[in-house]
Amino acid sequence: MSDAGVLETLLRRIEAADGGVDSLETASVLGVDHQVLVGAVKSLLALEDKLSFGKIGFSKAMSNKWIKVDKTHEGGPRIFRSVENIEDQGAVEGLLWLLSTSQHELWIIIETAIQLTTTRWTVKSYWITKGSCFSTTITKPETELTPEMIANDGGRDLRLRRRETSALKKGTSAKTWTLGSWKEKKFKPYNFEALGVAPDCGHLHPLMKVRTQFRQIFLEMGFTEMPTNNFIESSFWNFDSLFQPQQHPARDAHDTFFISDPALAHEFPLEYLERVKKIHSEGGYGSQGYKYDWKIEEAQKNILRTHTTAVSARMLYKLAQQYFSIDRVFRNETLDATHLAEFHQIEGVVADRGLTLGDLMGTLHQFFTKLGITKLRFKPAYNPYTEPSMEVFSYHEGLKKWVEVGNSGVFRPEMLLPMGLPEDVTVIAWGLSLERPTMIKYGINNIRELVGHKVNLQMVYDGPICRLES
Amino acid sequence: MPTVGVKRDLLFKALGKTYTDVEFDELCFEYGLELDEITSEKEIISREQGDSKASGASDVILYKIDVPANRYDLLLEAPRYRRVSPLSGEPQKLIITEETAAVRPHAVAAVLRNITFTQERYDSFIELQEKLHQNICRKRSLVAIGTHDLDTVSGPFTYTAKPPAEISFKPLNQTKEYTATQLMSLYKTDSHLRHYLHIIEDKPLYPVIYDRNGIVLSMPPIINGDHSKITLKTKNVFVECTATDLTKAKIVLDMMVTMFSEYCSQPFTVEEAEVVYPDGKTCKYPELAYRKEKLSSDFVNRKVGINESTETIARLLTKMCLRSEVTGVGDEIEVEIPPTRSDVIHACDIMEDAAMAYGFNNIPYTTPRTYTVANQFPLNKLTELLRQDLAAAGFTEALNFALCSTEDISDKLGKKISETRAVHIANPKTAEFQVARTTLLPGLLKTLAANRKMPLPLKLFEISDVVLKDDTKDVGARNSRRFCAVYYNKSPGFEVIHGLLDRTMQLLEVKSERGDGYHIQAAEEIDLKCSPFKYFFKVDSTFFPGRCAEIFVGGKSVGRLGVLHPDVITRFELTMPCSAVEMDIEPFLGHPAETTRTHDVPLHEVIKHHFPSQVPNSRPTSTKTVFGDVSSAAGLKALDDFLADKSYMEGFEATQADTTMFDAIPSAPSSTFPHLLRWYNHVKSFLRERANLPSAKSPFVLEEDDDDIDLFGSDDEEDSAEVEKLKEQRLAEYAAKKSKKPALIAKSSILLDVKPWDDETDMAKMEECVRSVKMEGLLWGQSKMVPVGYGIKKLQIGCVVEDEKVGTDLLEEAITAFEEYVQSVDVAAFNKV
Repeated sequence: MSDAGVLETLLRRIEAADGGVDSLETASVLGVDHQVLVGAVKSLLALEDKLSFGKIGFSKAMSNKWIKVDKTHEGGPRIFRSVENIEDQGAVEGLLWLLSTSQHELWIIIETAIQLTTTRWTVKSYWITKGSCFSTTITKPETELTPEMIANDGGRDLRLRRRETSALKKGTSAKTWTLGSWKEKKFKPYNFEALGVAPDCGHLHPLMKVRTQFRQIFLEMGFTEMPTNNFIESSFWNFDSLFQPQQHPARDAHDTFFISDPALAHEFPLEYLERVKKIHSEGGYGSQGYKYDWKIEEAQKNILRTHTTAVSARMLYKLAQQYFSIDRVFRNETLDATHLAEFHQIEGVVADRGLTLGDLMGTLHQFFTKLGITKLRFKPAYNPYTEPSMEVFSYHEGLKKWVEVGNSGVFRPEMLLPMGLPEDVTVIAWGLSLERPTMIKYGINNIRELVGHKVNLQMVYDGPICRLES
Repeated sequence: MPTVGVKRDLLFKALGKTYTDVEFDELCFEYGLELDEITSEKEIISREQGDSKASGASDVILYKIDVPANRYDLLLEAPRYRRVSPLSGEPQKLIITEETAAVRPHAVAAVLRNITFTQERYDSFIELQEKLHQNICRKRSLVAIGTHDLDTVSGPFTYTAKPPAEISFKPLNQTKEYTATQLMSLYKTDSHLRHYLHIIEDKPLYPVIYDRNGIVLSMPPIINGDHSKITLKTKNVFVECTATDLTKAKIVLDMMVTMFSEYCSQPFTVEEAEVVYPDGKTCKYPELAYRKEKLSSDFVNRKVGINESTETIARLLTKMCLRSEVTGVGDEIEVEIPPTRSDVIHACDIMEDAAMAYGFNNIPYTTPRTYTVANQFPLNKLTELLRQDLAAAGFTEALNFALCSTEDISDKLGKKISETRAVHIANPKTAEFQVARTTLLPGLLKTLAANRKMPLPLKLFEISDVVLKDDTKDVGARNSRRFCAVYYNKSPGFEVIHGLLDRTMQLLEVKSERGDGYHIQAAEEIDLKCSPFKYFFKVDSTFFPGRCAEIFVGGKSVGRLGVLHPDVITRFELTMPCSAVEMDIEPFLGHPAETTRTHDVPLHEVIKHHFPSQVPNSRPTSTKTVFGDVSSAAGLKALDDFLADKSYMEGFEATQADTTMFDAIPSAPSSTFPHLLRWYNHVKSFLRERANLPSAKSPFVLEEDDDDIDLFGSDDEEDSAEVEKLKEQRLAEYAAKKSKKPALIAKSSILLDVKPWDDETDMAKMEECVRSVKMEGLLWGQSKMVPVGYGIKKLQIGCVVEDEKVGTDLLEEAITAFEEYVQSVDVAAFNKV
């Protein structure tokens, strides 16, 4: 007798029986091996995937301490009997599981008799009864809607359908157009608790997403982007031209990366260089200067730029302009969870005739409003190439205190006038780091998880879109 | 930032007002200070030395305040400066010998007479020296301060320099004499002094100051002698400052003496000392110079953006310890800069003090009237756009450091560092910062290694700058924008990386073809073929032999792709095959990226140097333009409209098109054409450097006579004519090529998916049927069976068709006619040949 035959016979016997049938008994009546019948029962159980009787039996036995698990056993965990006899016969009776498949065709009672008193035998027999949805034919519920079900009947395809459609159109066929075998199908319910399948896609880096937003803000404000693709800069342009004295601490090896190859810059605009030398060593343009022995050798030293302001300085001569840049700068600093040797500097510059400190504050207000920061206040600060210099603080609602969000100032005349800018031109500027707002935005505590190869790709994969104002 | 401790109650007494801690914090903020900590001496001692020691200490509340780096004058309690004048009489002399020139050439000195030290003042005196040493003295490298009990020594003093072995004295707080050589090794382990040893360590002569009897006062900048040390009983103090920077030495001396002259019997007086230079000249110190500056209140109002009366501004400045008076001449204010305010070097510093006194946060916000049209930097714009689409192509963006170890870009990639054109860093703190990267690949491989636990395949990309040495640049190096991507999986996936390259080229509108388009070819092959270029195309040891191809665009190599060499994979601690692509993206900018990396300050001499023959154009130019006659209002109106949303005639920078148009306009336009006027004024600012502006792409100004088009008479006249010629020739070639094209028979290569009814369909028979379809202009190609699932296979078959003769519809119809085998036909791929 084929397996299918056994299943069919079994179903008929269940239908005929009052109450239910016993699997052992049925097997002998049908003259098949009991295991064949067990197979048939299991295939019926498979129609309801919630059943897992083996495991339930095991856990009952475990909880009653009839068996024990030795995980350290050679060759993997083994299960051992821990009692010689189960004296509580009621408990053995408890192993006759009543497992219901309430929703579907069958009621199946599974009788499990674990003969714990004899070590050799484990006989499981099943007590099988009708379920609420009992029928003698087996129809598996469909998992998914298929093109065939929509077309009409499972096997045929679109071509056939096309032909039928055209026949219908021409009116040559009397056949009624009844699309869809899906109408007769039963469908398994979806599990809406589960998550969907993750789409196969690429991702942008969170820091770059934030950079995009900052660029957007600057562009919205009418700021032109500066070409900042020059990491290597001479000390002259990075420091001297910004009126930063040669003995300034920032020019120490502790703070700045010097270049050993190519060590020196070899080309300077000579007339301008003389003007810079003069303003440092003697003063001029209404300034006392720093009055020290300015050395070209110091200015020639190549470094990894420590800020992008050098680029701003070079862009300034085009009057009435607004510039911005977001690019890498380098500091030879001690590293910690929030500081790296390189970071992205965001810089905004406005150059025009007659700008005021109020204009700087107004512009900053507009800029930070676009970031969702409206409460600002300004603290006097010191910076060698801006005067006045102001630290920008914003009120952090979460921390309930004022936190520093950026630096700003008005470029010193000692920097601008040697460049040939007219005297009535004022240049206002501000800067902040890109990493800090990104870490806050994406809740990252260690900067190394954000920038560099130690990045956590899962974080990149899971990152939301960046809306700075919210 | 230095921190000072101030007794709260004393401070409030001096201020004449008491504040709560919060109020005081706010007050500090307004003046750029920071209330760092509220503590007491007792608390400090108990924290540092334990509770037992703290029992006797004072409970008086201390405010610890952070002071910004330019306000050294705030380093003491109740900051104030005093007018002091030197006493008359025979001054103490400090004679400088010429030996000092090579090591520490400057020295200044002064005397504090009849001073009374208390423990508190004494501590404060020592603390001030230390603060000054750390800040303005740049850790004693610029200036070193020595203070001595004048009654233990006798002048004149000599500041000289001697070989270290010849200097011998008992240094401060030591019990015996040491030579300078011994001292240097003694202090090697001193946590405080060892930081200063380097200043003179390798000099042949060490600076030293003797009194008339040969007693050593100090060996600057390391240590003073024990003999002349200051005690609580000291009455007369000799202050000397030795320096490498005279200006700073004067400032430091001024600060030392002004701060402590208060405790002299005649308060705020300092006795002068005379310094004798090697050339016999003499000079008296301290300078204590009071400087007067004049500025107008209008200047302050204009710069700050406020509108206050001259009197108010003078009052504000006086409040900031800058005594100011209204002179009565217009709105002039005379400001006295005391010797303690060495940070005030320009009127803008005075303006800042006025702004601070007014209160930064009281200044009304205004918006600049600056009108601009925003532009993106073309290279960054391209980068932004590409990044979006590469992510859409399924690759994830990485962001790696621009600095890395030498090993990363050389050994690990199987290359020699000498081949890399890498820029080297002189003072790296760790191996991670030895060089600037020359390739993006190591960063991506390290990112892979750090994320090995993530599910495969890993697909990463980065578009960022590398740095290469380049002698043509002023600094000898330049950035280069690169695109790099890696694919890391159980199989190398060269086809994936190749596909990404194809997609990238598609995004960049570069066709797959030799010549103008792009193609890839085996890197080794070229090595054999053209020996002159061997250097450029030699086998790349980063890649697996035979699995590396060079990417050519318009005949020029822009990068490489291939399967990484197993050794490279192992060196980056990876275990799976990996393929990669890296290429320059600057060649795809359309027009050259802004190349003006040399610093383009408007410098007459640079321009003159390069363009000596530039002369203003005096010839009358045509007023006929594409906008009509610009000498007429109609023409100007058209031009004004054109410029309404543009900064320049062409593109995003000033070009010859702007200057040419500028010349065409007879006179400055009236304000009825606001856009034109803005543009006109803007372009005017470029005229000085017009000759090196990029050339125009299209003619806006129409010529009246066509024999001479060069308006500028620049040197490169011939060059540009040649370039023009070349361009024309190219255009002609291109046009010819284009016109030829339609004559060719347009063909397409089609890949068809033919699906059978079920797994029992005879596939061989089906293929036979398909191939039996014969049409003119149809050529069947290779085929294969592709498993679909459940044992069903589909037939994938290629064919080449002539577009005009065979349509896909026709083909489909013909194949589906074999109903008993064929269920459906789909076009899997369609490519123009």
